[in-house]
Amino acid sequence: MTVILYLLGASLVLGGGGLAVFLWALRTGQFEDLDGASNRILYDENDR
Amino acid sequence: MTALAYVGPIPKMDREPITACAHCGQPAAGRRFCCGGCESAFETIQGLGFGAYYARRLLDPDTRAPRPESAERWDLVRFVQTDADGSHALVLAVDGLQCGACVWLIESVLGREKAVVSGRVNMTSRRLKLVWSGEMAEADRLIAMIERLGYRLIPFDAAALAGRHDRTERALVRAMAVAGFAAINVMVLSIGVWAGQASGWLDGMGPATRDLLHWVSALIALPAIAYAGMPFFASAFAALRRFQSNMDVPISVGVILVTTMSLVEALNHGDHTYFDSAVTLLFFLLIGRVMDHRARGQARATAEQLLTLRAADVTLLLPDGGTVRRAQGAVQPNDRVLVGMGERIGVDGIVERGSSAIDSGLISGESVPVVVGPGGQVFAGTLNLGAPLTIRATAAGGGTLLAECVRLIEAAESRRSRFVVLADRVARRYAPTVHLAALLTFLGWYFVGDAPMAQALMIASAVLIITCPCALALAVPAVQVIATSALLRGGILLKSPTALERLALVDTVVFDKTGTLTEPSLGLVRDTIDPEALRVAATLAANSRHPLARALVAVAGAVIPADDVVEEPGRGLRSGNIRLGSARFCGVAAADPDAPEFWLTRPDHAPVRFGFAETPRSDAAATIARLRTLGLDVRLISGDRAGAVESMAQACGIQDWTAGCTPVEKVAAIDALTASGRHVLMVGDGLNDGPSLAAASVSASPSTAADVSQTVADIVFQRNRLGPVVEIIVMARRARAVMRQNLMLSIGYNILMVPLAVAGWVTPWLAAAAMSSSSLLVISNSFRARTKSE
Repeated sequence: MTVILYLLGASLVLGGGGLAVFLWALRTGQFEDLDGASNRILYDENDR
Repeated sequence: MTALAYVGPIPKMDREPITACAHCGQPAAGRRFCCGGCESAFETIQGLGFGAYYARRLLDPDTRAPRPESAERWDLVRFVQTDADGSHALVLAVDGLQCGACVWLIESVLGREKAVVSGRVNMTSRRLKLVWSGEMAEADRLIAMIERLGYRLIPFDAAALAGRHDRTERALVRAMAVAGFAAINVMVLSIGVWAGQASGWLDGMGPATRDLLHWVSALIALPAIAYAGMPFFASAFAALRRFQSNMDVPISVGVILVTTMSLVEALNHGDHTYFDSAVTLLFFLLIGRVMDHRARGQARATAEQLLTLRAADVTLLLPDGGTVRRAQGAVQPNDRVLVGMGERIGVDGIVERGSSAIDSGLISGESVPVVVGPGGQVFAGTLNLGAPLTIRATAAGGGTLLAECVRLIEAAESRRSRFVVLADRVARRYAPTVHLAALLTFLGWYFVGDAPMAQALMIASAVLIITCPCALALAVPAVQVIATSALLRGGILLKSPTALERLALVDTVVFDKTGTLTEPSLGLVRDTIDPEALRVAATLAANSRHPLARALVAVAGAVIPADDVVEEPGRGLRSGNIRLGSARFCGVAAADPDAPEFWLTRPDHAPVRFGFAETPRSDAAATIARLRTLGLDVRLISGDRAGAVESMAQACGIQDWTAGCTPVEKVAAIDALTASGRHVLMVGDGLNDGPSLAAASVSASPSTAADVSQTVADIVFQRNRLGPVVEIIVMARRARAVMRQNLMLSIGYNILMVPLAVAGWVTPWLAAAAMSSSSLLVISNSFRARTKSE
């Protein structure tokens, strides 16, 4: 059953990675303007 | 603001074909554009190569491109923040922002500018953050460029904005993320343990593996609980220190005891740990808190935005005769201030030069404009209807009307009894009951049932876990979130978290007259107007920003503004030999020297008079009738003269009215109602209503109200109708009913589960399932608070 140790480690690293990404996104203000984000997707940057 | 120029049906006699303006889409009567502003905005947009803007607007066909209007200049320096690297930053409120195309246009136009480092529009908060390098004065040019497109930009005081609210919300979201991560991982591990313990399934689980999984769970859960539980622990601690109890007390006690007990179990190689319950509980509760915070924060941000949009700089007259724009707060006593016609007066002061009619409805509730001349006193917030005035600012000390009202408001607020919210009232009885039940369970098993200490503790802890008030703590906030966001979509801003519960108890509604029951600005008296004369008058009036001219255009509907109109400030408008303006300007005798009026004179026509008076809001009578059918007592308390109040009371169907009240008398009237056991909703807009708004048990203001009143009011409603007063009461009553149901549901769940826990039959998986399902039940029931929009 030592495989369970690897699996535990792997799942925690993956989950922790997800948590870190979420906290990074929060810190960089990506949740500040949810309305804007849903509209911006309709326009290209260099589309005139 | 932009919609003011076209309200009401298009008159039939208008024979010119109605076309839509190529920029704003409003009727343009046979031409390509409705006005010069739209034409230049269209040309600017096409010239920059952003013509795609018009196609993109079609994604949301209900919106119109904003119509450019002459805007005021701002004294920007105090708003600009300069960084060490020489770049400047400015936050501006954007008025007229409607859809994604607006965001795209503003950002693209700014992106073309070399000086701009970044220009980003936040669509949720409707704010533009502009960062540029080089000269600070460059901002004026950039702002003018956006304003030419039709948007209005108003600088925000960034220092005042970096509020506590944002930081609390971030901390809550971080706590929620950590709790969510821990809840998922610990739950996965727990399912492994439960599956392993189910005999005959997966060949069982060895004690070493089980202990390993318990320890890994503890390793994840302990730091997560310490971090994510902080908001609850802090609030519970603060309440306990005041010898009070709130919902956070049973939550904190439950979480801490469950965690400690689980840790002891893990140390002793026990069968059951409850780490999953503790973290999942925190996760659910934090989701509720974050949403609650967000919904209220949005309402508050919108309210702030409304106030900012109205703030204006004043024109200061320098000793050398020049003028400069300054913030209202920067005006010193004895400074001379110039107030144009149609402008709101920014300071309290004495008139030095000029004489004019002043509309002081927002301050005193007086409906008929007052004429002031040199030496007369004027107050900040009143509207100059007539000629330009030079005002000498008086000391902004304790003598002003504003300071007097603020003192009264503070006095009224300090008297307001602290309202205990439903959830806390329940918690005050709930916490001691469940803690006692757990203690009795332990004593019963240990002394009567002769169980070993560890087992008795274990069973008592299970009682605490089962009664840990997850559903109970969600019962009220879940309804609040849903009701607050539903109201926000209808333009009703709920600023206070307890307003909904206080509203549900209301049995008496007290209205102010001027600006609340009536339209915020004077309206044209419609009875005897020749439509042809009205149309001609409107073609002239469409060129003016004067409030009465705008009221005239609003009634006339779509007209082409006459081209060659000359505006003589304080007198009137002239186009060839057609004149629209004061009696003297038109050379006729005034019909009523007190009432505001316009005259129209044309060759070969008799002069036509346009009278202006306050008009009740279109749905005032209907709203009051509906309030009555809800069983509410409706009253009118006004500072205006008895005649005006009586006729308005009759027009709206109010029997119980009082006239000529000072702010102090208004507060006394509200206090008398409260003392007789009534719960009063005060609806008012004036500065003189501020104290009575604070004295009432709950208060509402239209968004046209004086700043002080809007700040004091629990609820601010937008749009030009009174109907929201009915909507909020209906919503509050429904919300309260659903909250009660939720509380019954969660208490019912406890009554069902506690006997099982006391009997010692509850296992961790049963606790987890019961807690989740009761929470889900309460949340889904909360959605019933949503009203169908009318």
